[in-house]
Amino acid sequence: MASLLFCGPKLAACGLVLSIWGVIMLAMLGIFFTTHSAVLREDVPFTAEDFKGEALQNIYKLYNQVGYNCFIAAVLYVGIGFLSFCQVRLNKRKEYLVH
Amino acid sequence: MSSLFRSEEMCLVQLFFQTESAHNCISELGHLGLVQFKDLNPGVAAFQRRFVKEVKKCEEMERILRYLEKEMVKSNTVIAATKEKEMVPCARDVLELESTFEKLEQELREINRNHAALRQNLIELMDIDSLLRMTEDFFEEAESLLTYSEPPSEDSVSMTVSSHITSRRNSNSSTSGALHLSFIAGVIKQERFPAFEKVLWRLFHGNFVLRHAEMQATEELQAVRGAVKKDVFIIFVQGDHVREKIRKVCEGFRASLYSCPKTLYEPKQMSTSVMTQMEDLRMILRRTEEYRAGVLTRAAEHVQEWGSKVKKMKAIYYTLNLCNIDITQKLIVAEIWCPVSDLTLVQSALIKGSEQSGSSVTPVLNRIQTQQTPPTFNRTNTFTEGFQAIIDAYGVGTYQEINPASYTIVTFPFLFAVMFGDCGHGLVMTLFAVWVTSQAESLRKWKNELTDVVIGGRYIILLMGMFSIYTGLIYNDCFSKSFNIFGSSWCVLSMFHPHGPWQNETLHEYHHLQLNPFVPGVYSGDPYVFGIDPVWNIASNKLSFLNSFKMKMSVILGVSHMLFGVALSLVNFVHFRKFQDIFLQFVPQLIFMLSLFGYLIFLILYKWCITLRSETAPSILLLFINMMLFDYQSEHVLLYRGQVFGNNLNDQHGTDTRSSFSQHQKDEMVSMGDIFVYQAIHTIEFCLGCISNTASYLRLWALSLAHAELSEVLWRMVLQVGLKISSGMGSLMLVVLFAAFAVLTVTVLLIMEGLSAFLHALRLHWVEFQNKFYEGSGYKFTPLSFDSLLKTQQ
Repeated sequence: MASLLFCGPKLAACGLVLSIWGVIMLAMLGIFFTTHSAVLREDVPFTAEDFKGEALQNIYKLYNQVGYNCFIAAVLYVGIGFLSFCQVRLNKRKEYLVH
Repeated sequence: MSSLFRSEEMCLVQLFFQTESAHNCISELGHLGLVQFKDLNPGVAAFQRRFVKEVKKCEEMERILRYLEKEMVKSNTVIAATKEKEMVPCARDVLELESTFEKLEQELREINRNHAALRQNLIELMDIDSLLRMTEDFFEEAESLLTYSEPPSEDSVSMTVSSHITSRRNSNSSTSGALHLSFIAGVIKQERFPAFEKVLWRLFHGNFVLRHAEMQATEELQAVRGAVKKDVFIIFVQGDHVREKIRKVCEGFRASLYSCPKTLYEPKQMSTSVMTQMEDLRMILRRTEEYRAGVLTRAAEHVQEWGSKVKKMKAIYYTLNLCNIDITQKLIVAEIWCPVSDLTLVQSALIKGSEQSGSSVTPVLNRIQTQQTPPTFNRTNTFTEGFQAIIDAYGVGTYQEINPASYTIVTFPFLFAVMFGDCGHGLVMTLFAVWVTSQAESLRKWKNELTDVVIGGRYIILLMGMFSIYTGLIYNDCFSKSFNIFGSSWCVLSMFHPHGPWQNETLHEYHHLQLNPFVPGVYSGDPYVFGIDPVWNIASNKLSFLNSFKMKMSVILGVSHMLFGVALSLVNFVHFRKFQDIFLQFVPQLIFMLSLFGYLIFLILYKWCITLRSETAPSILLLFINMMLFDYQSEHVLLYRGQVFGNNLNDQHGTDTRSSFSQHQKDEMVSMGDIFVYQAIHTIEFCLGCISNTASYLRLWALSLAHAELSEVLWRMVLQVGLKISSGMGSLMLVVLFAAFAVLTVTVLLIMEGLSAFLHALRLHWVEFQNKFYEGSGYKFTPLSFDSLLKTQQ
């Protein structure tokens, strides 16, 4: 099989740590957005039109959108984490083969 | 009693032991690691000491060992690590080891020399071989040229000859009859070839034929010679006189010349002979390398053991140099510092040592009284040695004074956390410290200075992280966002009709609205259960509130820390029996600090506890200034009734304490004028110092503000950009931006801010806390310890 290894051991380990942090933090952010936490109100892209008409439902919808974005990003990080984990394992195997 | 509270009580002990048992006794003491040998020959220079020859021998052996290790690393031999405790080497072992080392070194050097020479031969043979192969076709063409009777035309020349040949030919040579060509063949580096060609042209004006071709770089060639590219060339010339010139030119260009056979048949013979020679050489080279590898592997099994033995020997001889040998050459006298509680251990070690050496006389221990100051010894374990190290970095404590390290274990991480205060960052720091602590042994192998520092301070970092999580929860700050766990005490809804003044139109008119806590229902009356209310995170006047809070908190923490330091000085005075200092130094200091700064803290706490309207609340700062200026005007709002009386009381106390500093007596005869001046300076220094030190604690506020703002800016400028994109691309942008956010958090907020807060917390300890009680003028106890010696080797 052609070499699937494209990064060294340190980069793979960094990627793994970053992915774990990303999954946990983005998942929690997603939960806080979907529960419409007031502390995060500056991170939601309001515009002036959202306040006309069904203001509350518009705001909640925006909150949910951002929350879903966060969840999707968390899932992407799961993928990146899996990739990094594979790289770490391949690096370890290569180390054993040489010796 | 050994504890971290105070440094250990030490005693000076005289040791007498026999010369034969010296090695064993000293090595037993070295394994114990509890005694420090005093230098009994301080006036003697290093090269005049008794055992200087032996020390030099040990150093020579170390040099040979280093050479061996370098050779092993070059040939990738694995060095076995020995774990057992070796027996003590005696003088006989030294000679044996010495001869072994010298033999090994000579052998290795010889092998290397032979190897290099063989390799050179192989390179030459390879050159000749490729030369022969390339010139075969040259010769064929030369033969064909010679057989041409008529002068070759330009076309035939260009047909038979390849494009490498120099195209211009002198017409003279083509018209003559039989050409008598002689030639020179050789090998030259490819990069030098164009210059070489030019020089030949200038010299001979084209009266020669030069052919060159690149040598095929086979793998073997590359392994033997390296990646240098070489060209084979052959020059056909007329006349011998020209040959000499060409030879000189070739020497100048460092081309190697080889003699080549003239006819077509000789090359074949030469080629085969060269082949066989090369085969032989290759085999010899392989054998040499195998032999070398064998020698190195055999040595590699023992090299660690030898290394530690040599180090121990050197340490023992160095220690023997410090001792006194008496006239009969049979007795060695040594003076050691050792902790009083370990005297029995030392005695048993000495008895063991003398038994091992088989001597009949047991060593004698004699404790002597002395006026000299013993070294400072603080018994630490792996957890406390980090904190002791940062205290000792400023100054090793005077013998038997209070050791601030035991309090630093708590106050240092706490002051760090006050400045760092973010539970998200604290969590990352704690996890990092847990990982380093669990992997400490395997990380030590990296042998980088930076990793050594981090590993040495792993418990400090762990505590700093845990305390930061705590202060982060109090500041209610996690990556610059607050948690609302218990329900905020402020309610915006109550500001609207019918409870409060706001209407729907108020929202359209004003950009900023202020919640009024006196409107019923807005403020629930009970503060947030733990920490700062989360409503402040989304308030625009958050900083006005937090600044006031953090500044007052810094002053409270600072004054408490300093009062604690002053209290510790009392303990020191009691221990050293300096009772007059208690009345003349401790009591006035305490009264001064309490009356001024204690009063300030009282004002702060009182103002926090009562209910005030914020528009009319008196400022504590102005109160204080007016008190110092004795400025009481009736229209100023007073904080509490009787304030005027309280202020007056403080001023009286302040002036009284300052005068009592000057009454200080000393034992010996000194001029009273000097004492007065000294004490006056000391008094002024203390008073001003108190004020400046209290202000210095305001850095707790400043750094925590900087950290909070940095973390908010990072969130707003990096992560929020990704969150605000509401379309589908938002998640991809979020992935990228989160990675940037994480990297920036770690580098800027954790490493840079962490180092900064670490430094400032350390400074607060070293200067503001320790100058209240710490003298720090001792010297550290450095015992003869083989464990630490071998650890520094690795």
